Amino acid sequence: MVVLREHILLRHRDIPDIGSLEVYLAHGGYQALAKALRTLSPGQVIELVKASGLRGRGGAGFPTGLKWSFVPQDAPTKYVVVNADESEPGTFKDREIIEGNPHQLLEGTALCAYAIGARVAYIYGRGEFRHLFAGLQRAIDEAYQAGWLGQNIQGSDFSLDVYLHLGAGAYICGEETALLESLEGKLGMPRARPPFPAQVGLYGQPTVVNNVETLANVPPIVRHGPEWYRQFGTERSPGVKIFCLSGCITRPGNYELPLGVPLRVLIEECGGGAPDGRAIQAILPSGASSLLLPGYNPELRLDYESLQAAGAALGSASFVVLDETVDIVWAVSKVIRFFEHESCGKCTPCREGTYWMVDVYRRLLEGRAWPDDVELLLSIADQMDGNCFCALGEFAICPVRSSIQHFRPAYEARLPGRGA
Amino acid sequence: MAAQDWRQALQTVLQKYPRKESAVLEALYLAQRDKNYLSDADIRAVAEVLEMPVTEVEALVGFYSLFRRQPTGKYLIQVCTDLPCALRGAEAFYKRLCARLGLPPEGGTTPDGLFTVEEVVCLAACDRAPVAQINLQYYENLTDEAMDALIARLREQAQE
Ligand SMILES: Cc1cc2nc3c(=O)[nH]c(=O)nc-3n(C[C@H](O)[C@H](O)[C@H](O)COP(=O)(O)O)c2cc1C
Ligand code: SF4
Ligand code: FES
Repeated sequence: MVVLREHILLRHRDIPDIGSLEVYLAHGGYQALAKALRTLSPGQVIELVKASGLRGRGGAGFPTGLKWSFVPQDAPTKYVVVNADESEPGTFKDREIIEGNPHQLLEGTALCAYAIGARVAYIYGRGEFRHLFAGLQRAIDEAYQAGWLGQNIQGSDFSLDVYLHLGAGAYICGEETALLESLEGKLGMPRARPPFPAQVGLYGQPTVVNNVETLANVPPIVRHGPEWYRQFGTERSPGVKIFCLSGCITRPGNYELPLGVPLRVLIEECGGGAPDGRAIQAILPSGASSLLLPGYNPELRLDYESLQAAGAALGSASFVVLDETVDIVWAVSKVIRFFEHESCGKCTPCREGTYWMVDVYRRLLEGRAWPDDVELLLSIADQMDGNCFCALGEFAICPVRSSIQHFRPAYEARLPGRGA
Repeated sequence: MAAQDWRQALQTVLQKYPRKESAVLEALYLAQRDKNYLSDADIRAVAEVLEMPVTEVEALVGFYSLFRRQPTGKYLIQVCTDLPCALRGAEAFYKRLCARLGLPPEGGTTPDGLFTVEEVVCLAACDRAPVAQINLQYYENLTDEAMDALIARLREQAQE
């Protein structure tokens, strides 16, 4: 496996000031866009991204080139929407790209717009990013001034306007259809799918929604080619990924690694293990939207397929580490409170289910549990399973079920007449 | 901001979108900016400018957590106590902060109206816990001492 000698996404860690246009240009910046405008048709850009095997880094892992190819070519108006809502607990990678390497995001956005034939792109950021977005706006202004955005980019007949848009504090707006509703000035509640945004998206027009990190991968892919990109990662999960490491870990942070490295590399070499050499009790591999991986398997491969085989999902690759001192019931109660707080209220199973679960967890933590509270949690989960309108409700079940499955004694110890 | 002023500022925002309603969140931010909350009159004004029903704008204000209907302190201190931060001591940090400001453990507003302290969910800064936003500006890797210094500085700033 090829190790990374330098960062492909977090390039600001190797090249200080790459956030400025001058430095970005001096290090090959906007060369992919120049190459595309000079020598590649939009269809050829899509083919390159398809061939690279790039999959969405926002959570669902959908193949990026394939998504782009779903946009009808003949539609008069199309949009690119960049998902910078980054609100999954344990996730802080898109923010680092925006702060450190903004032009790579803008170049990737422009390549996407060129490939699908969009003339307008919106970058939707969570409201709490207001001050970060001031920096991103400066990068956009610089790019306009130098002719990398705006009318007739570099003398070509391709034009693109990029606008920033801030949400206002609602996790559900990270879900792509809720995001589009929010961008249209409505309540951020998910839409029924199909139709998918590639067909009917923003203002009813075909729209590609991609995550910040996904788009940051595109310039190096177009510039160096899919074969180059595929030397990183595995056959089925090619390329690099930013892993967000947090919780009980000595060196928390973002780590850009080839997909498929063993968990040991992330936890031990990068993160330095749990503090004071403590044992790891469990890991949430995808923030709150994860099931709990019990114990610590240093050989687990960090790619889409291996995590799926382990019953989990790579998702946004937000690894939250729980060491042996952590009270699992408390930890899951925090996650459930998050989902209850963020449930958009559109459908009953999620709105009511998360509410009741929070209630049960409160009883468990306050020593007021009822004898069948564990069964009650499982039955609420069963009633939610498959009945929620969007993935948020389904995600909420995962940590509950998996923690009961693997850590049942921790729950039972809190039932009446059983110890503490 | 006074209504005339933010209406002016809104004009540039409106140019970004083919439909006026897309500017509603930004309009609410502008209307809320100076006093940290939205009055009935603000909501009516936003609805009027964007030609939206008042009830719809009201519903948006209720849906999005960064809008407020009640006055808050001059400085809104939002501390993340979500799981990844809580695993690094953020809950205890939060309680100590409340105690030092003379507030109950769940937070609130100081009697002088300077500070409102509250818990929030993940702010995308979990590797730098404890973390807070003060009027949406990030403060990371916080310690009790750093927080005390910050509060002292804001107190001074408020007097100027
Ligand atoms: C509840 C929920 C929250 C989500 N939050 C985000 C988010 O904050 N950022 C993001 O990029 N994708 C998020 N997604 C995934 C998006 O719906 C969508 O799949 C993604 O933006 C597509 O981009 P990609 O293909 O580049 O990953 C979320 C999904 C769900 C169900
Ligand atoms: S599952 Fe939850 S978040 Fe999704 S639509 Fe239903 S209530 Fe809203
Ligand atoms: S959990 Fe606190 S910033 Fe993410």
